[in-house]
Amino acid sequence: MTLPFLGMAQDQPSKSQSDAFEVYGNCNMCKSRIEKAALNVNGVKYASWDIPSGNLKLIYNARKIHIDSVQAAVAVSGHDTRDFKADSLVYNELPFCCQYVRKGEKAKDGQMTKH
Amino acid sequence: MYLKSLVFLCMASWMVSAQQSFSGIVRYQEGQVLRPLEGVNIYWSGTTIGTTTNEEGHFSIPPSEDTNQLVFSYIGFETDTLIIQSDEVIHQLMRPKNEDDLDEVVVSKRRKSVQKSYFETQNIVTVSSDELLKAACCNLAESFETNPSIDVNFNDALTGVKQVQMIGLASPYLMISEENIPMVRGASQVYGLSFTPGTWVESMQITKGAGSVVNGFESMTGQINTELKKPLTSEKLFLNLFRSLNGRSELNLHTKTDLSPKLSTNLFVHLNQRSQKNDRNNDDFLDTPLSDQWNVLNRWQYIDAQKGFVSFLNLRLMGDQKQLGSVDFDPDLHKNTTDFWGSEIITNRLDASFKLGYVNPMIPYESIGFQLAHSRHDQDSYFGLRTYDINHQSWYGSLLFNSIINNTKHKFKTGLNLAYDAYDEQVLTDSYNRIDRSVGGYFEYTYDSLEKLSGSLGVRYDHHNQLGGFVTPRMHLRYKFSDLTTLRFSVGSGRKTANVFSENQKLFASSRTIELPNVSDSRFGLLPERSWNYGFSVVKGFDLWKMPSSLTLDLFRTEFVNQVVVDWETPNAIRFYNLEGDSFANSLQLGFDSELASDLNLRLAYKYYDVQLDYESGRKQKPLQPEHRFFANLGYVSSKWRLDGTYQYTGSMRVPATGDHPNGQQTQSFGLINAQITYIPTPKLEFYVGAENAADFRQVDPIVSVDDPFGTSFDTTQVYAPVEGSMTYVGMRYNF
Repeated sequence: MTLPFLGMAQDQPSKSQSDAFEVYGNCNMCKSRIEKAALNVNGVKYASWDIPSGNLKLIYNARKIHIDSVQAAVAVSGHDTRDFKADSLVYNELPFCCQYVRKGEKAKDGQMTKH
Repeated sequence: MYLKSLVFLCMASWMVSAQQSFSGIVRYQEGQVLRPLEGVNIYWSGTTIGTTTNEEGHFSIPPSEDTNQLVFSYIGFETDTLIIQSDEVIHQLMRPKNEDDLDEVVVSKRRKSVQKSYFETQNIVTVSSDELLKAACCNLAESFETNPSIDVNFNDALTGVKQVQMIGLASPYLMISEENIPMVRGASQVYGLSFTPGTWVESMQITKGAGSVVNGFESMTGQINTELKKPLTSEKLFLNLFRSLNGRSELNLHTKTDLSPKLSTNLFVHLNQRSQKNDRNNDDFLDTPLSDQWNVLNRWQYIDAQKGFVSFLNLRLMGDQKQLGSVDFDPDLHKNTTDFWGSEIITNRLDASFKLGYVNPMIPYESIGFQLAHSRHDQDSYFGLRTYDINHQSWYGSLLFNSIINNTKHKFKTGLNLAYDAYDEQVLTDSYNRIDRSVGGYFEYTYDSLEKLSGSLGVRYDHHNQLGGFVTPRMHLRYKFSDLTTLRFSVGSGRKTANVFSENQKLFASSRTIELPNVSDSRFGLLPERSWNYGFSVVKGFDLWKMPSSLTLDLFRTEFVNQVVVDWETPNAIRFYNLEGDSFANSLQLGFDSELASDLNLRLAYKYYDVQLDYESGRKQKPLQPEHRFFANLGYVSSKWRLDGTYQYTGSMRVPATGDHPNGQQTQSFGLINAQITYIPTPKLEFYVGAENAADFRQVDPIVSVDDPFGTSFDTTQVYAPVEGSMTYVGMRYNF
């Protein structure tokens, strides 16, 4: 049984589509927030975010949703993703230890990083 | 570890390809030396195919059809992307992040050896192998001395066997399992914990209160599950030697072989011996038994990550001999005579088990598991002129299916269990046979809101040839007030059949006559035992003057609907009868844990017990059960030293009437001290020295009528404090 990867042509979208993208975040609290945001999207079955690599693994029903809707939901919670950026207002409301180095920016003095 | 292999499965490729996996080793430079790096994240860029390195820095990753870019990432090091163009073994050297670069702050926290969880729905405490190293010795029964939740009692004056208790109730009411297969029960109820050497254990999960329905209906007040070391992650070659000043020697040898990337096997050999006669209280009876044990474990582990299969095959064999009683007793001369009182307990055991698990690599939240276990326990023993032989054969089978409903916030487990136990007992001059058979199915639903609330509701239906058909419900709730405050609540019922002789074997080492309601019935006229358990607990984490600390409160109540009352109240007799009235155990535990410094930990606990039941002679507090207990432990861990000290205070207890105290006694409270120092000159070698019961506190005159062991008042069963006295020991561990 062959199953498609990102961006490849496919016969029929899978009900258990496996995919992944990078999400920016620091810690266990971020992990809970990111995974919760992803799981709250109707159609996402499984979400697991790995702290060191920032990789968010997903299994979702590709017939119901597109992966971008999951990226958007994660970004809404305050975390930059591979293709989406979080709203700065939401980012600034995150607990201090969660304020990760934003996509495309450099670390600032006193800023927390992955832990 | 098992978890690592599951992670491996979750990330395996879906594609069945002719291309072999890529493998390699990841290292970093420390001074002049290259060292392996464990836990490095390796994945094909932009895909879900990934793995992590093991403790030797090795990894193996299936190929990807989409990319040849392999990413290596690990906190504190520069992330690297390699372009893989051949199938040669990959050698990767990780470069530490530049110290000038403030990108990474590495905060490392040594994992606490006893993890209380803020996240788990059930009240489960995980004890790691680090904690087991703190215990003086040597087998599972002796591994709980630094754990505040488990009370360790002295079974009797002769065997040295320790009895384990949780929330006020002793081991027959706890389910003691090994890798989720019920293990210490029936014939092995009393000695079973001493049949697992401490070095074999990878971790333990201790559940207070009614546990999950998945493991059966027998856990009435709690569960202790041990995970043994797995072949894939076992030490290549490990040696442990132990010797105590009062004549106890132990040897552990572990080896393992990886026969292929998928198949590994290990062999653990354990030998122990007590050959010195100790009689410090000069009562002419041995304080500690003479004993010999050999114990072998052979495990096979097969993992096929691409297909999603994991399988284990285990075989254990054990022979144990103990000689107890009079110092001058010689089995060859005095067995079956009244010259000297002596006893021998000869046990042989065989345990075999098989496990097969399948996780669909595409669907990591769905899995199916099958377990089959068989054990044979053969014990031949005599105590003076009283014989007790038991042969217990058991079969256990289980099928488990795990999945989700809609998403991972709603998980469920469902499955079937089968159990068969055949008992063949010789008690004094009578033979008794019986068979217990049960078939059951269960369903457990777990909800995790990912916010404050999570809970599980499980129900079982079993049909047992003696208990009949019955339903066992169990419910758990967890509410997280905040990230550092968690409340838990649990309620559940449990049942078991009583094995009166094997669970109360100490009665044979006395002259107590045995009274049962109906000797001609195969169950002696005793009804099955049934109870309800209610539990409430709060864990609150906080910083006390910048020291991370936590406060825990556990409240539990076990109420018996039916119980087989073990009545020691009349001296010279032991009476078993069905409960008429009430029997309950209320317990309160208040615990305080604090990390005084990054390498110094303090644990304090106060426990209050109110265990009462209605005997035929009226309502009384359970004998040999203290109302108050206190525990304190201080531990220091650095890379070269480990120091550990424990103080255990046991309050006053009621002792029922015996030949020398016709009105019973109220014992004095006492405290016991254990201490251990370990020196680690190199990461592969450790030396340790310590003392158990360092203050040498002993129960005075533990044996009643020791001068007349064949008379009617002889009794070795009413023991509440150590008989052995202080044990000073040395040992070493070498990991080749």
